[in-house]
Amino acid sequence: MFPAELKYTKSHEYVKIEGNTGVFGISQYAVDQVKDIVYIELPKAGTELRAGSPFGSLESVKAVFELMAPLSGKVTAVNEAINASPEAVTKNPYVDGWMVKVELSNPAEADKLMNSADYQKHVETEGHH
Amino acid sequence: MELIFEKTKEGRKAYTLPEPAKCEPGVPDKYLRRNLTNLPEVSELQIVRHYTNLSKRNIGVDGNFYPLGSCTMKYNPKVNEDIAALPGFAKLHPLQKEEDVQGALKVMYELEDMLKEVSGMDAVTLQPAAGAHGEFTGLLIARAYHNSKGRTPTKVVVPDTSHGTNPSSAHIAGYHVVTVKSKDGNMDIEDLKAHLNEDTAVFMITNPNTLGLFEKNIEEIAKLVHDAGALMYMDGANFNAIMGVTRPGDFGVDIMHFNLHKTFATPHGGGGPGSGPVGVKGHLAEFLPVPVVRKKGETYSLDSNLPKSIGKVKAFYGNFSIMLRAYCYLRMIGCEGIRKVSEMAVLNANYMKELLKKHYNLPYDKICKHEFVLSINTFKESGVRALDIAKRLLDYGYHPPTIYFPLIVDEAFMLEPTETEDKETLDLFVETLIRIKQEIQDSPDTVKNAPLNTPVKRLDEVTAARNPVLKYEKKR
Repeated sequence: MFPAELKYTKSHEYVKIEGNTGVFGISQYAVDQVKDIVYIELPKAGTELRAGSPFGSLESVKAVFELMAPLSGKVTAVNEAINASPEAVTKNPYVDGWMVKVELSNPAEADKLMNSADYQKHVETEGHH
Repeated sequence: MELIFEKTKEGRKAYTLPEPAKCEPGVPDKYLRRNLTNLPEVSELQIVRHYTNLSKRNIGVDGNFYPLGSCTMKYNPKVNEDIAALPGFAKLHPLQKEEDVQGALKVMYELEDMLKEVSGMDAVTLQPAAGAHGEFTGLLIARAYHNSKGRTPTKVVVPDTSHGTNPSSAHIAGYHVVTVKSKDGNMDIEDLKAHLNEDTAVFMITNPNTLGLFEKNIEEIAKLVHDAGALMYMDGANFNAIMGVTRPGDFGVDIMHFNLHKTFATPHGGGGPGSGPVGVKGHLAEFLPVPVVRKKGETYSLDSNLPKSIGKVKAFYGNFSIMLRAYCYLRMIGCEGIRKVSEMAVLNANYMKELLKKHYNLPYDKICKHEFVLSINTFKESGVRALDIAKRLLDYGYHPPTIYFPLIVDEAFMLEPTETEDKETLDLFVETLIRIKQEIQDSPDTVKNAPLNTPVKRLDEVTAARNPVLKYEKKR
């Protein structure tokens, strides 16, 4: 089951909204698909992100995947620790495995994202990453 | 198995060197090395055994079936090696005078002609050293063309099934990359329309695509691309499927590359070097890299006087000895042979596909060209994935197929038998995959822990990628 307090994208990123801040990461489903993470490229603090556009990339032994921003805003913090140990993402993507914190410029965009029940359905029908 | 370095016994050697010549002033003191080279000290017999044994552990085309999708691992005829080793070719120096290398220039000129004939393109450069290098060259040509028209479009459009090198080459060439979706295994024309506009420099297509399916709407696609003012590039990696049947130059392609090391039977995969000639239509010929080979009467020459050329893309003329092998291959099989190559490659792929689809999931069940893609997503219960079956095939003496590509297929498993395999080989391979399916049911751990019979087992790919050890360090 996917945490109910998060919102999800079709491309398997999540956002945790805390007031005006969004915390971005990837869902457990994405982690299971990607498996062995080699490297995670993240933006610098201060970067402006646009909802639906790439904010970084994730390299596994299989391929490189783009990370899509669930919402628009400015990066205020980056989880540098996950590059020293990508296991943080694999083991717990929702807590230790967060990627960036963003000051949201248009929180209303969140209405377009999926809740956990809809995301669960999306994952079941999609069948692949 | 020990590294050759680990076999070192101090003082042992397999060479004799002449006394160094005495010349004044000699090498300045500051350039003399102070430390030992740390090269292996071994006997000649040790060297012979070491490398012979290593070669026996290799799984290659000369010893094993090698159905590596998208790579066209066909047999490379040995006569090509004999020709390439002729001293008249092998001992050429790239700075020799033109009049002394007429034979080599003739080979290049005639190879260009044959590639033009089989592709329908109007001019060819042999310089690029590999497929991706050809893509990059083609994109530079496209930019030079647009600039010559006073245009500076910024975007390259690629399908979501493209080889990863296509977006990479576009990115390296300074373009912004946009992806078009697939629909039922082919290009989604509506999505393509939505992405084409005056800012599009190039649309890069692979036909047949990486699912092994021919883009039947290619003429409509070409018209859309050209109406937007863009050029159409074709990745020639899958050219083995259509030779002698249709020609990219006839279905609207402006620029394409050839992979001599795939389609034209030159060595491939670590055995390189590769060669990725680029063909263009007449309106782009003036932008080709220099020098180009010209023929006047019976005399061949190298011409660097192309003011609009993108310049050189490789030292000298490209990988000549590889061109020579491709030349021999084409001369040997001729016009009828080239069509037969594609017909047999397509027949072999469809034969295997029809046998395997009864046992494995085939997401796009259509007549394919030279390759097809299975999805290893029906063993969720036992947790067996594409990687596990690929590893298990090593135990049976097969080179694994391409896996996890194209990205739009879940647990992709991409098979390309090529035309050089006989029916018995294909049957045995299919039987092996059926046997592995039985193993998944009876003892899934056998497959999940494979390979069991190889000199090394599963490698730690994550550590290898994160902390690569690229040279030998003497143990202290």
